Amino acid sequence: MLKISDLVKRYGGGEPVLKNLDLTIEGESVVSIIGSSGAGKSTLLRCINRLVEPTSGSITLNDTELTRLRGAELRRARRKIGMVFQGFNLVDRLTVMENVQSGRLGYISTWAALTRRYPKDDIRRAYELMERVGIAHYADKRADELSGGERQRVGVVRALMQKPEILLADEPTASLDPKTSEQIMGLLRDLSRELKLPVLINIHNVHEAREYTDRIVGMRYGRIIFDDLPQALDQEAMDRIYSGSPAADRAGGLKEAS
Amino acid sequence: MTLSDARRDDWTRFSLKQRLQRYAVLAFTLLAIAWAVSSIEVIWAWVWDAPEQMGDLFGRMIPPDPTNLAAILRVLWETVNIATIATAFAVILSLPVAWLAAQNTTPNRATLWVGRFILVSSRSINTIIWALLFVAIFGPGIVAGIVAIMFRSIGFVGKLLGEAIEEIDKRPVEALEATGASRFKVIAYAIVPQVMPTFWAVSILRWDINLRESTVLGLVGAGGIGIILQGAIDTFNWREAATVLLAILGLVILGEIVSAWLRRRIL
Amino acid sequence: MSPARIDGPTSGPDVPAGAAGGATSGATAPRDHWRKPSFIANPVARWLVYGGAILYVVWTLGTLPIDWPRVAEGVERAGRIFGGAFPPSFERSGLLIDGFLESLKIAILATFGGVLLSIPIAFMAARNIVPRAVFYLGRAIIIVARSFHPVIVAIIFVKAVGFGPLAGVLTLIVYSIGFVAKMLAERIEEIDFGQVEAMRAAGAPYLSTLIYAVVPQIMPRQVGLTIYQLDSNLRASAVVGIVGAGGIGSTLANAFGRYDYDFALAITMVIVGAILLSEAVSGQIRKRL
Repeated sequence: MLKISDLVKRYGGGEPVLKNLDLTIEGESVVSIIGSSGAGKSTLLRCINRLVEPTSGSITLNDTELTRLRGAELRRARRKIGMVFQGFNLVDRLTVMENVQSGRLGYISTWAALTRRYPKDDIRRAYELMERVGIAHYADKRADELSGGERQRVGVVRALMQKPEILLADEPTASLDPKTSEQIMGLLRDLSRELKLPVLINIHNVHEAREYTDRIVGMRYGRIIFDDLPQALDQEAMDRIYSGSPAADRAGGLKEAS
Repeated sequence: MTLSDARRDDWTRFSLKQRLQRYAVLAFTLLAIAWAVSSIEVIWAWVWDAPEQMGDLFGRMIPPDPTNLAAILRVLWETVNIATIATAFAVILSLPVAWLAAQNTTPNRATLWVGRFILVSSRSINTIIWALLFVAIFGPGIVAGIVAIMFRSIGFVGKLLGEAIEEIDKRPVEALEATGASRFKVIAYAIVPQVMPTFWAVSILRWDINLRESTVLGLVGAGGIGIILQGAIDTFNWREAATVLLAILGLVILGEIVSAWLRRRIL
Repeated sequence: MSPARIDGPTSGPDVPAGAAGGATSGATAPRDHWRKPSFIANPVARWLVYGGAILYVVWTLGTLPIDWPRVAEGVERAGRIFGGAFPPSFERSGLLIDGFLESLKIAILATFGGVLLSIPIAFMAARNIVPRAVFYLGRAIIIVARSFHPVIVAIIFVKAVGFGPLAGVLTLIVYSIGFVAKMLAERIEEIDFGQVEAMRAAGAPYLSTLIYAVVPQIMPRQVGLTIYQLDSNLRASAVVGIVGAGGIGSTLANAFGRYDYDFALAITMVIVGAILLSEAVSGQIRKRL
């Protein structure tokens, strides 16, 4: 269970990006966060694994308080949180297998990491997961030889290799074409069911959020102003979430939300 | 301003301010040259004499004398060894320096400045000056040459590698930090693969440069073909000097061909 | 709040192998072996390359004539040199300034002469402008100028025209040609040939074509190269002086020869400072061009 309470994030001395935010995610549901760019979605996600340092508040994952961890403890906690990125964030010049195994870096010895002699269990698991998402035959290819959808599948497998207790996805489909984008969303939903894994997705595409997620959280100006089933997201709620932000703003955010 | 106001028969390439700037730059350049010409301590008779002297010198080089060719080629091979071994060690030693001197990998401010200090001192002191120092320490011979070239190369390779580290795509770094990998593993998996192409390109480039540099080490006693050249020149054996010069020319051209081939092969 | 919550303990991190999908549950044994594909695919060639490299390094290092007693002595000597070098002595700063100004003059004159000579040579060495025979001649000049380290060139000039700044200027002119003419020739080969054709179509003679269609396209590069070369020449003039070609390098060599290590350190510091300064200035100017 992920429990966020009274979370505040302020960059420098300006207006806080996240304002006393509370959110609880239980069980293996797929939760999407929607909102116009600048609403704080990305910051919220990055506060959870501390890629962004929260200003105050508390975040607990399965009873571990994340906000106060340092050094090795923080790294141990991060192993339990998988993350999928908008830009895939793969290491282009490494093979798909090395990219996938880099999800295990928090577990394996430095020597094994440097010599690329991964534990047998990890290799078996990698093949299984890659088979599951349909990229096993690319294991020896360099990551930059793959198409966008395939690269995002590598990103997903890398996160799953961590054996995470929660999966964070930051605009996982924003760099993909519509068809591939739906495939990735479907994949995330199915994997969540199969692995009994809670998934938290930042997403711009409201249609995909409705279609593929169990619960929608709407953010605006650093606050949660909607939290309900996808069916409950009506025009009035949409207006509240996106009002005043011109369509162009939303479209621009597609490219540069991060 | 309407069209009729403009005097259409008066066209100049530049505006007045641009022209003034250009004249100022030109005047400054001419002044600098005039100052240099007027105050440099040169016996002008020698200057007018120089072409004749050069012709005379080259005349005495013909035909090149190949009697010592075997010895020359052996020392030429030694020259290649100096360049290669020194480049190899310099490249390895420059890795930690580059790591220190790159803003995004250095542990803290102090280490950043240590890294930069090493780079600057290595780079600003020429190989020959390093060689003077190491000949004093190790005595004349190729060891001093290797160490001198190494010291000069560390700064060159380290600077370019450090810049490459600063320019990497930071997104994979973020992704690996999110997996809970340690700092060292993040460097090994997200940064090292990204700077590998630069690493090879810079190493090959430096090897090519070092090949040229190692041909002159002998002039200060630090080994290599320069010793034979110096000997030939000192004894006015110009025909042997010509052979050595041709050998150096061949070596450098061969080096360029090899490094071009390696670059195509590896990159 | 959350209608879609599924209660119960979060499923632990351990995912049974089968749960990852039915695709693997075929007859094939689980794949648990992976090796990174090697850069050199052929194993024989790979081991030949690796083995050759190791053999080369071991053999070369093994045959290095290191005279350990001499090195031990040398370390002591280094101690003496460094001891003698501190604190650096600026007592004879007159000599230092004279040497430095001479280096500056050498650099200025060599840049002027070198760039002037580079322009016709660059045109000669541009494949798209001149006949094939001239092209080969131009390239040959550049290759010879580039191949010899300035110190070698300096020694020859010192023998030909005597000690002093003249040899330095001549050396650095050759050095400048090697770099400026090469870069300029490459730029000329990249020019937009449409402009040349337009001029020719207008009936312009050969020289006017060069001035109107080629020169404007290479001018910005030429200015940048000149400034860069001035900076390089200043650096190089500190070195060629060591073999007698004038400038601050000669001052340094003299100080070293007379065991005036404190003065040598002062000179080295001035050289380093001047190089850093000129690098910064030339970088700034080239950025603004």
